[in-house]
Amino acid sequence: MATMNMIQAINSAMDVMLAKDPDVVVFGEDVGYFGGVFRATAGLQQKHGLTRVFDTPICEAGIIATAIGMGVYGLRPVAEIQFADYILPAFDQLVSEASRLRYRSGGEFWAPITVRTPCGGGIFGGQTHSQSPESIFTHVSGLKTVMPSNPYDAKGLLIAAIEEDDPVIFLEPKRIYNGPFDGHHDRPLTSWAKYPQSEVPEGHYRIPLGQAAMVRPGSACTILTYGTMVHVSLAAVAESGLDAEVIDLRTLFPLDVETIEASVKKTGRCVVVHEASRTSGLGAELMAVVQEQCFHHLEAPIQRVTGWDTPYPHAFEWQYFPGPDRVQAALKKVMED
Amino acid sequence: MNRGIPQRPPAGALSLHIPEPPARPGQPPDFSRLVIPKAGEQPRPAFDAPASQLRDCAYGLVRVLDESGAAVGEWNPQLDAETLRGGLRHMLLTRSFDERMMRAQRQGKTSFYIKSTGEEAVSVAQAYALDPNDMLFPSYRQQGLLLARDWSMVDMMCQIYNNPGDRLKGRQLPIMYSVKEKGFFSISGNLGTQFPQAVGWAMASAYKHDTRIAAAWVGDGTTAEGDFHHALTFAAVYRAPVVLNVVNNQWAISSYQAIAGGDETTFAARAVGYGLPGLRVDGNDFLAVYAATRWAAQRARENHGATLLELFTYRVAPHSTSDDPSRYRPENEAEKWPLGDPIERLKQHLIVLGEWSEERHQALVAEVEEQVKAAQKEAEAQGTLGTAPASPATMFEDVFKDMPPHLRKQRQEAGF
Repeated sequence: MATMNMIQAINSAMDVMLAKDPDVVVFGEDVGYFGGVFRATAGLQQKHGLTRVFDTPICEAGIIATAIGMGVYGLRPVAEIQFADYILPAFDQLVSEASRLRYRSGGEFWAPITVRTPCGGGIFGGQTHSQSPESIFTHVSGLKTVMPSNPYDAKGLLIAAIEEDDPVIFLEPKRIYNGPFDGHHDRPLTSWAKYPQSEVPEGHYRIPLGQAAMVRPGSACTILTYGTMVHVSLAAVAESGLDAEVIDLRTLFPLDVETIEASVKKTGRCVVVHEASRTSGLGAELMAVVQEQCFHHLEAPIQRVTGWDTPYPHAFEWQYFPGPDRVQAALKKVMED
Repeated sequence: MNRGIPQRPPAGALSLHIPEPPARPGQPPDFSRLVIPKAGEQPRPAFDAPASQLRDCAYGLVRVLDESGAAVGEWNPQLDAETLRGGLRHMLLTRSFDERMMRAQRQGKTSFYIKSTGEEAVSVAQAYALDPNDMLFPSYRQQGLLLARDWSMVDMMCQIYNNPGDRLKGRQLPIMYSVKEKGFFSISGNLGTQFPQAVGWAMASAYKHDTRIAAAWVGDGTTAEGDFHHALTFAAVYRAPVVLNVVNNQWAISSYQAIAGGDETTFAARAVGYGLPGLRVDGNDFLAVYAATRWAAQRARENHGATLLELFTYRVAPHSTSDDPSRYRPENEAEKWPLGDPIERLKQHLIVLGEWSEERHQALVAEVEEQVKAAQKEAEAQGTLGTAPASPATMFEDVFKDMPPHLRKQRQEAGF
């Protein structure tokens, strides 16, 4: 065991996989010698060699397209898109190509690619370094979408993603790279070292895709959330004194409907929390699933807490970001209704 | 009042240029703008020459077969008669296959078809010039690659008919073949996406110290897509062992090649800015296509990186069965194409060599037509889109390697 923050855990996952499987290659903008703008690949080129961890042109569509071609050859490419906001030039390659290759070729070809990309706000990145685009990927059949909320999960999920034979969008909430940011931006951040989830095995382990985690058991209501908002939700629960159950979805698609259903049927109340904007966000799907599966168990309308339906505004970061107060307000409402 | 746009702009005013082809329906075809160098004129550089010394190639035209049918010049690949007859046979097979499948679509046996008439030398000669294990990333008009690699016509037709024998299980538009065992990558239907994927495949092959190279095809129109340029950037940066082909058949549906920039420079010249060699080749000359592809393949295989080939040809066929070219180009334009017909030219060459005759040719035409007819009969015995398509029971498979619970549920809901 070692103590790792999320960046170190992600780095360790790639390190382990590079050592284990000669078909794993890691590439992206500034990923090679320099080790990535967030340092996620620091030291990997020096350790594993120039042809295994390398820089690419600033061309996201080309990065994903070449990753698909390498995957078709038989490699397991791990591509980094420097910010999730920059993934859109590669959208066609992901949506029309990577996701459908297995289907359209009758199972002859597939693209076992992992696309790592830092997402989310809270870092004063403005509209082009803060977005949470998960729902545009969860809408696509053939892609798996993952977002970890802590170092232990990040490593285990990333290893599972790399070993997966289907394309995986691996979204990394950059605000929690160094510590579990709980939305209280005016308070100092506690580092991961103070939390048990920073205890990370140095070797290989997997957290299977498609399995949610219950991070706080409770009976009063269910919070369905993921990424940074897991920690914001936990803070809101602690501050409200409510015995809420918090589910960290971890894999956003395919959803762990079983875990969601069991929890909401038990508590009878549900709040959905995500940082991404509201309309047609993943929250809408979660509410639909809960309504379909648990309608007769619901005691109150489902609430959702999200970013607003605006671009991410630079100077109004904390008015945009759905912090613990907004989660608390939703908890209050779901209990009163 | 709408004053409209003045016909004659005032002096000093800007005017917007919209390229127009030299002839539209009702006008006589006009290829007078084309500069066609004589066969044999262009020198053949060493395959390992630095790209900086090859820039002129992007503006020339590699031609081997002259007007009499003789093979001339440094690019003559000196193929033996047996190989030439094989090439002729595969081109005839492709043409016959196209005719029958076009007719099948008109008879309602399938929804869609794309012919490659007039462009058979591109696919067939390139398949001959590449190694059988090289990986092909085709667009939708390279059926000749599969036929030249002797893939089953019945299998191809079953895909066209989306019948129970369709290896793609009824999921893909007709002609969007995928044949892994022949190194033929799944055709997307989106334009150009396979170009940078081929570069990635080639990078992987180089990474693994393999000996196989990749080849990819797009049309003149698709060179305007970002993916084309991404492919060239990555191919140049990583010296990927790949042959990148632009089939310039003059027409992208109804847009003539200048709408993709072809009047300003050649498509082969796109390579120059990337530091890649670009070769412009007479695409209706089997020997020239073979020789240029062989040159590019050797260059790639010996670690000198990618080549961009522009195969200069003419789309005799409509874009697809959904297209009527008489609406936008002169009806007899194909007949006036100055580079002739690839099958006729190779036939003439073999006759000049004393290795072929009109009688043998007619016998071969009849033979391949019988072969295609027999294949069609066999494929239709398994059903057609109009009568007995593939079962939808497999519709939920292969979205993922293992079917997730939500798809199992939806399959149940759909009643399978």
